[in-house]
Amino acid sequence: MNRFLVPLGLFVLLAVVLGIGIRHAPEKGIIASPLLGKPAPEFALPALADPTRTVRSQELRGRWYLLNVWGTWCAECRAEHAMLLRVKQAGLVPLIGLDWKDDEQQAQAWLSQLGNPYETVIVDRSGRAAIDWGVYGAPETFLVSPAGVVVYKHVGALTEDTWAREILPRVQGNKS
Amino acid sequence: MPRRAWVVAGATVLVALRALALDTSVLPDPALQARYVALTHELRCMQCQNESIADSPVDLAADLRQQVREQLLAGKSDEEIRSWMAARYGEFILFRPRYSWRNAWLWGAPAALLVLGALISWRVVRQRTALLAEDQEPLEEDSAS
Amino acid sequence: MLPELGHFVLILALLLALLQAFFGLAGPALGRERWTGAVSAALAGQAVMVGTAVACLVHAFVTDDFSVLYVAENSNSALPLFYRVTALWGAHEGSLLLWILLLALWSVAVALRSGSLPASFAARVLGVLGLVSFGFLLFTLATSNPFARLEPAAPDGRDLNPILQDPGLAVHPPILYTGYVGFAVAFAFACAAMLEGRLDQAWARWTRPWTSWAWAFLTCGIALGSFWAYYELGWGGFWFWDPVENASFMPWLVGTALVHSLAVTDKRGLFKSWTLLLAILAFSLSMVGTFLVRSGVLVSVHSFAADPSRGMFILAFLIIMIGGALTLYAWRAPLLRSSAGFELGARESFLLFNNVLLVTAAATVFAGTLAPLIADALNLGTLSVGPPYFNPTFLLSMLPLVGLLALGIHANWKRGRLRDKQRLLLVTALVAALLAAGVAFGVYSGPHVLTPVAMTLGFWIALASLVDPLDRWRRGLSLPRAVLGMTIAHLGLAMAVIALTTVQSFTVERDVALAPGESARVGGYELRFEGVRHVEGPNYDAIAGSFALTHHGQPVRTMQPQKRQFWVQHQVTSETAITMDHGNNLLLALGDDLGAGRWSVRVQVRPLVTLVWLAALVMAIGAFIAASDRRYRVTAAALAPGTVLPERVRG
Repeated sequence: MNRFLVPLGLFVLLAVVLGIGIRHAPEKGIIASPLLGKPAPEFALPALADPTRTVRSQELRGRWYLLNVWGTWCAECRAEHAMLLRVKQAGLVPLIGLDWKDDEQQAQAWLSQLGNPYETVIVDRSGRAAIDWGVYGAPETFLVSPAGVVVYKHVGALTEDTWAREILPRVQGNKS
Repeated sequence: MPRRAWVVAGATVLVALRALALDTSVLPDPALQARYVALTHELRCMQCQNESIADSPVDLAADLRQQVREQLLAGKSDEEIRSWMAARYGEFILFRPRYSWRNAWLWGAPAALLVLGALISWRVVRQRTALLAEDQEPLEEDSAS
Repeated sequence: MLPELGHFVLILALLLALLQAFFGLAGPALGRERWTGAVSAALAGQAVMVGTAVACLVHAFVTDDFSVLYVAENSNSALPLFYRVTALWGAHEGSLLLWILLLALWSVAVALRSGSLPASFAARVLGVLGLVSFGFLLFTLATSNPFARLEPAAPDGRDLNPILQDPGLAVHPPILYTGYVGFAVAFAFACAAMLEGRLDQAWARWTRPWTSWAWAFLTCGIALGSFWAYYELGWGGFWFWDPVENASFMPWLVGTALVHSLAVTDKRGLFKSWTLLLAILAFSLSMVGTFLVRSGVLVSVHSFAADPSRGMFILAFLIIMIGGALTLYAWRAPLLRSSAGFELGARESFLLFNNVLLVTAAATVFAGTLAPLIADALNLGTLSVGPPYFNPTFLLSMLPLVGLLALGIHANWKRGRLRDKQRLLLVTALVAALLAAGVAFGVYSGPHVLTPVAMTLGFWIALASLVDPLDRWRRGLSLPRAVLGMTIAHLGLAMAVIALTTVQSFTVERDVALAPGESARVGGYELRFEGVRHVEGPNYDAIAGSFALTHHGQPVRTMQPQKRQFWVQHQVTSETAITMDHGNNLLLALGDDLGAGRWSVRVQVRPLVTLVWLAALVMAIGAFIAASDRRYRVTAAALAPGTVLPERVRG
């Protein structure tokens, strides 16, 4: 009698696994970043506004910041732009832009045309820095703590929802 | 947009494909080149997630291939390169799950199942062979089906 | 108006399916003959309703009715008529309707051929099928209505995905689904037997042809998918162990085991509970496959648009259907016992090994496919599983299977008598090894160590399969269709083994940079680049490369791969040129302009790849022939009255 219950038992286990799978399904296309909880990758990249100046990740220690990966070739970045301007207006967390594999002239034109939400924009021509951050599609946004630890990553255009539920609480100390 | 001209024996067929970014640079050392080919086929393109970086035409894949090339030339081992990639993109970038205790259940499953199958088979055959001893009825000669 | 009609008849179909299930299950259970008799009528009604619904949707596509959301999302006024019709199953909602239609057709087929079955049993079978139909209809109406309206109607449609605008779309899904859905019949037969409380050799004989038919269609469906991917994608791959491919392959593996297990139950009344379990498992895997493809739990290039609410619904459906069947199994199976015996070298033994290995293979594919889900559920991080896992683990079960097949074909029922055939075994093995060596070392070069082994096994199976038929012919005995079919199917398998071994071992792929006048030597062929020229197409600009192909100095033909830039979407596509020569498939793709007239080019030589798909076709033909054997058309009168549980069957 026992061994004939085995198939049913195995099926129940499967159903549980599938059930959990569905619950997590909305995040399926989005791969969890292995950087969460780890120190932010170091970088030393030229600034867009002044190519002779190098911005180092060390300089950003001591405060919260959002690293936003974008490019003028990226349609969703265009859609996200309004949200980023709102983030700038709120003045709570500075935005550092990472211009990924882009044409610098076009990038500057874009910012002057659409408005510049970034405190600083750094240029990653070769894509090396982006790879270090595990970027695989723009736009992506990383929240880095004052201690230099990546605490959250958002893939895709930044939304009000994510800002309110994931970013603000962490910055304001209400979430670990 | 893909279009096809149908094949008639001897003619050629044209089939559609997104633009291929072919990789014609060859590493100087054939052994390194072989490792390069193997590694790039084992790493997933994170943008077109069902292709390897060897086959994917997107920029990211080209950048990652370049990384593999440079690291091979710098003397890194295959495992070091895989770890480097996984540290940035997670285990998901590896088509071949790593040999680790965490993945033991996955790699061990086929062999374990075979052993289980062998045990079950042995038990059944023993049981039936014993029953055969008591069974004197002949069976029709038809050996097939 | 017609879309509303379509919606309405689907609702009617839902109700009729419910009636069909009710009459079919309650009728025999409560001894109500009138109800038992009404099942066919309910089914007929359901089928007519479903057919009407499909007709309404086809009409909407053909008349470019963009007020129907599904049509607006998948069609376009510029789309040729042929694709407008096949677009019906191009996306989730329509493909579900196809499922339902095919299930109705299979049910009708069973009803028409059920004259030889006892009335209550047939009613139960149709009742179970009715339950499945009901579930799918409910799912469709609740979450995926193909007749949903778009207000206001779109001026034109979003067009069918360009990759699907291909003749392959016309045949692959319908044939694949016919197979997939066909296992519902074996499932229904199994459930009916469990509900009836009886399972005997007659049951196996009824179930066998239905299972073989479903298996044959599934084989063709999978092969078509692979063939289509090869030609459509153009970079030489024909199997990627993609979750959606695996979703169709797992039922196939279990279905193959079922076909063989049924043979044992039919012939000797053995393996009854196991056969029952396999019948449940095959269709369960079809259902789980449907779930995986539509619920968004797995990352796949082919899955339909993900929607977790649909996922929950299908999961609930799975729990009810499969959970119910397995509960029935736990209740009824323990009472199925037989005291027949067989020895180690007997046919039954080999079929046992066949089943164990096939189920192990299916379980391995299952583990690999669901690994990301399992790892996620158990918090083991993000895991990814691809060909580097599946290829070796699949081979681990398959090589022994193929080897044992070559031996097992010669084994008699019950008492094997393999010892009498020792010389035959040795001779066939030797000839096979010689043939394999000839191919592996003579025709090609640089084989992998497993190559001659696998090839020997392939040739050995072919030779072994021919022994019995040739012997019968020699002795002037008749060759029943069942045996002929089996022989052909096994020959098909041998072809597949040889072809796959060849492709995997001897494919050559190279990326080269060529300037006009330069040649590349790949796999015995020489390609001389003659240059590029501009070509203008109907809606694109193209650069066509011209390559002269020669084989050992003999000119073959000119290949002209293209690189196209479309005016409207600015999309650049590379058109691979594919050609066949002496059993080899050559693929040539143009890469990038490297400057100074030099171009990068990818060349692949794939020997015997076409034989792989041909082999699948041969296997399917074998199954069709075997299923048509007269001995399966058993009339109820000829059957000995079935014994009720507990049941003991001798010999």
